[in-house]
Amino acid sequence: MTEIIVVTSGKGGVGKTTTSASLACGLARRGKRVAVIDFDIGLRNLDLIMGCERRVVYDFVNVIQGDCSLKQALIKDKRFDTLFVLAASQTRDKDALTPEGVHRVLDALAAEGFEYVICDSPAGIEKGAHLAMYFADRAVVVVNPEVSSVRDSDRILGLLASKTQRAEQGNGGVKEHLLLTRYCPRRVASGEMMSVADVKDILGLDVVGVIPESTDVLSASNAGTPVILNDESDVAHAYDDAVSRLLGEAVPLRFTDAPKKGFFARIFGA
Amino acid sequence: MGLMSLFRRSPPSAVVAKERLRIIVAQERSARGGPDYLPLLRRELLQVIHKYLEVDPDTVQMNLERCEGHEVLELSVALPQRPRS
Repeated sequence: MTEIIVVTSGKGGVGKTTTSASLACGLARRGKRVAVIDFDIGLRNLDLIMGCERRVVYDFVNVIQGDCSLKQALIKDKRFDTLFVLAASQTRDKDALTPEGVHRVLDALAAEGFEYVICDSPAGIEKGAHLAMYFADRAVVVVNPEVSSVRDSDRILGLLASKTQRAEQGNGGVKEHLLLTRYCPRRVASGEMMSVADVKDILGLDVVGVIPESTDVLSASNAGTPVILNDESDVAHAYDDAVSRLLGEAVPLRFTDAPKKGFFARIFGA
Repeated sequence: MGLMSLFRRSPPSAVVAKERLRIIVAQERSARGGPDYLPLLRRELLQVIHKYLEVDPDTVQMNLERCEGHEVLELSVALPQRPRS
């Protein structure tokens, strides 16, 4: 049984690729067979975040167009034997992705015995984003606690509920999860940032993860090592908790409370 | 939140953000699934009304309601005090 999970958001720059890479690694670390696909045709990036950019020979569009086999295009991760990356094409031809082609690749991945396929969606609501979500069983909607990101996510929720295979077939629809990134408990405490509860309230989704704002994310992408693998980082633990929740485990939220203030800070504000 | 915040007049910005989002998201959700021509229809109707009356675009409400078996397009325009001379 293969589960297809789309990582989407509408707005760009909120952490879709960071999240895709970390969830894929987290699942593979638990022994799952995972393929992670970059749907951002023309703007390949997942390979850099995964640290396999120099090993890309064939890409997603090559497989769809029959230039190579799926096996030739899947890049095996150097850290986990059960993790594979399918890079986006650098072509500028937006019509290179077709629903039939994507369907064929996903079916072939299922036949290869992959348990999870993570689809890293491009920003926006154009073709790439549409195809990334179309065949999904579940969606991880990545949101920053900020007005434009929340509004765009709601737009994406509308599309998930209408423009997906599951919605069209009427078999329960796509299961949606909320993943908050760049969360800053200190700013939430001072009333400058919407809280987990606020965003949850507006979007009406269950929370699969809350990732604290951290400089570790940039360091991880600089190094090409998904941030979930940095054991010293709170971000890694928060992503690992999200992986647990995706697998159905009940894990309490962490890193959502501001550090306690001292006496003077409480009197005078800070 | 310290003593200083007691003197702050405006509500915390996160409260403002949540309230603005609550309104716009509800509005966009109600328009969702409706026909694509609705925003254009609204704009053109406004232009026609504007030829005769000085109306504030914000006071024009348009709703498409689905009842059993039929749809009702409801247009509500708050008229100004006196018509355009």
